[in-house]
Amino acid sequence: MTKTEFLDELRRRLAGLPQSDLDERLLYFREMIDDRMEDGLTEEEAVSGIGSVDEIVDHIMEEIPLSTLVKENAKRKRSLKTGETVLMVMGTVLCLPLVLAAAAVCLAVYAAIWAVVIGLWSTVVGLAAGAVAGLVVAAGFLVKREPVNALFMLGAAILCAGLAILLFCACVWVTKAPVQLTKKMVLGMKALLMRKGS
Amino acid sequence: MDAQLKRGLLDVCVLAAIRDDDSYGYKIIKDMKPYLELSESTLYTILKRLESADMLTVHTVEHEGRLRKYYHITATGIRRLDEFRDDWDEILAIYRFITKEDETNDEN
Repeated sequence: MTKTEFLDELRRRLAGLPQSDLDERLLYFREMIDDRMEDGLTEEEAVSGIGSVDEIVDHIMEEIPLSTLVKENAKRKRSLKTGETVLMVMGTVLCLPLVLAAAAVCLAVYAAIWAVVIGLWSTVVGLAAGAVAGLVVAAGFLVKREPVNALFMLGAAILCAGLAILLFCACVWVTKAPVQLTKKMVLGMKALLMRKGS
Repeated sequence: MDAQLKRGLLDVCVLAAIRDDDSYGYKIIKDMKPYLELSESTLYTILKRLESADMLTVHTVEHEGRLRKYYHITATGIRRLDEFRDDWDEILAIYRFITKEDETNDEN
């Protein structure tokens, strides 16, 4: 890949960034390639030494806040030409209900996943509270000299504690999935906004 | 290594690379290479972070018919390096404490 091809590709892939930020980054990479070539590398070696465009774009997507991309996207939408605005309004009228419905479904699925996680954690808390309460009641029965009842409550408390521990382990494992999903969703939205700028 | 700790160390390394003389991106990476590998993308992020924290300033110099950006350490940047040296004594003391615990465990 030549220097021009590399920089053009980078410009295309980072089109969603604010213009000044994009220009500054491209100048930086241009300078890096020029310095490598001055150091005796061929143009191709200098470009490949910088790393792939994919790697650079991934790195930028991780570090740049989602809010910056959203703001830039909104700013561009405001500066549309009249024809584009008319088309956009017509398109919006047709697509808006569909887009809203799709977004609502996504949101509902996402909320449902978190609801399951919260439900499971609540059960853990409930079971743990049950175990503590069982111990307290068992102690009460012992004080009242009712050993059979005390033994029964102690058994129930141990059962609750055991279930709470088991479910806790399961919850830790289950919670990781929606957290990963959230991270992926944020990265996906960034990728979408980054491309939208082009 | 912990991401936060690594970030702090990289910032200090870049400041150390421009402490004696102003330097430019490619030279900073080359100077740091024997000690740690740093990608161009990572260096860009660090330089921007240090610039917004007033630890370095940037000026452009014409070189071989093109422009090259030079990075200059500020008083705040030098102070950060001094602070790091002080922090390091504390970290070493903590390290000695941690490894002493390990040695005691090994003996048992």
